[in-house]
Amino acid sequence: MKLKLRVWRQPSAATEGKLVDYEIEGVSQDSSFLEMMDVLNEKLIHEGEDPVAFDHDCREGICGMCSMVINGIAHGPKAAVTTCELYMREFNDGDTIVVEPWRAAAFPPIKDLVVNRTALDHIIQAGGYVSVRTGSAPDANNIPIPKDDAEISMDAAACIGCGACVAACPNSSAMLFTAAKVSHLAMLPQGKVERYDRAVLMVNQMDAEGFGGCTNIGECEAVCPKEISLDFIGRLNRELIAGTFKAAGNR
Amino acid sequence: MQATSALTLYRSTIGKKVIMAVTGLIGIGFLFFHMYGNLKIFLGQEYFNAYAEGLRELGAPIFIHGHLLFLMRVVLLAAVILHVWAAWSLWLKAHRARPQSYEMKRVVQANYASRTIRWGGLVVFFFILFHLAQLTWGVTNLPGGFDRTDPYSNVVAAFQSPLVVAFYLIALFALAFHLYHGTWSFIQTLGLLHKRWDRLVRLFALLMAIVIPGGLALVPISIIAGFI
Repeated sequence: MKLKLRVWRQPSAATEGKLVDYEIEGVSQDSSFLEMMDVLNEKLIHEGEDPVAFDHDCREGICGMCSMVINGIAHGPKAAVTTCELYMREFNDGDTIVVEPWRAAAFPPIKDLVVNRTALDHIIQAGGYVSVRTGSAPDANNIPIPKDDAEISMDAAACIGCGACVAACPNSSAMLFTAAKVSHLAMLPQGKVERYDRAVLMVNQMDAEGFGGCTNIGECEAVCPKEISLDFIGRLNRELIAGTFKAAGNR
Repeated sequence: MQATSALTLYRSTIGKKVIMAVTGLIGIGFLFFHMYGNLKIFLGQEYFNAYAEGLRELGAPIFIHGHLLFLMRVVLLAAVILHVWAAWSLWLKAHRARPQSYEMKRVVQANYASRTIRWGGLVVFFFILFHLAQLTWGVTNLPGGFDRTDPYSNVVAAFQSPLVVAFYLIALFALAFHLYHGTWSFIQTLGLLHKRWDRLVRLFALLMAIVIPGGLALVPISIIAGFI
């Protein structure tokens, strides 16, 4: 495949960035999007230019590191995959592909396509844990948990914290991420004890990090590589409203 | 419930959305009865004017002349102020949350109504000001003058102008989109939505978005078309 790439280049947070055009040839349809970026970088290195910096780690869709807005869609045109699991067969020979980083005030740029997503870690630190040691993994069915609750919790726990929800949201809201984290613990007996404190503290932190509010548009759900549902945002709203009236989160 | 917690509701983004949801619900309730009441214009001048005057007797005999109506106006005004304040505050926060916009951005699944909720709100807000100035305060020049005791004639006179009717219809169109997303959204924001009921709630939102603006639009359309 022959492709025309328009990639966001920004040497550092302090300098202005811009889209730079590149042309590459000989891209295999069976290569992943990140492998295509590797091909581009090898070419740039051979030409003595600075390779494009981008985040990646596991390259099997579970680490949440890769983060590119491809042709205007976070993680690219294929639904329910991360950028590393997006294959070049989704594109046509001769296509122009625009590649940009996640854009949000809470995700300050580092270099090129790499942004700082520590804000999501701060939300977790505010309450996304169970305070007491609950021991090592218990025997299966030692603590009976209704099947439906376990399923809901597991669906929420699928969140890999990549931040695509923030990138896709017109308000740069981190509601889907926070909702998934609050929900997955609130469904389980070990997490239930602190559920309201957790909801209030995590939402407070989310607001403090400079994310916008949710307008129930649903773009987050559409780009989420783990298909986290808007249902969890409703659940977070419930937890937060109940928590507020219980005056939770004062610790 | 503790007093302090209710007061801190305004601080969080979700709290502001809860305020928008509750005040929006008050607005939907008002609009529905406003629409239903307005249709009495089809029953003639005498009936419509009696209805308008009868609004002041609402709640009798517990409330004396005009009292419940006054109370309802206070609640409505407070709802509008809170709704606009929360929307403005969230709009600012969202604006600050993305200082650098995308060079290329595509919409995957969000519907038109949800993406234009703020702009629709802005159109409706300016419409309300015009609407009140024209038919409650009587500020605008109506042919034949504004007669506080004869709302029927005021309405008929107002809708002789194609420009006014066009503006009303545009505003009602914006209201329809605002209501479609707003109705679904308030249920989601209050945490009452379950996926199982999603299609039903969408249908309910569609119904509200058609029935309320549709009913309201019947009046100006019928008047300019000469039915009234």
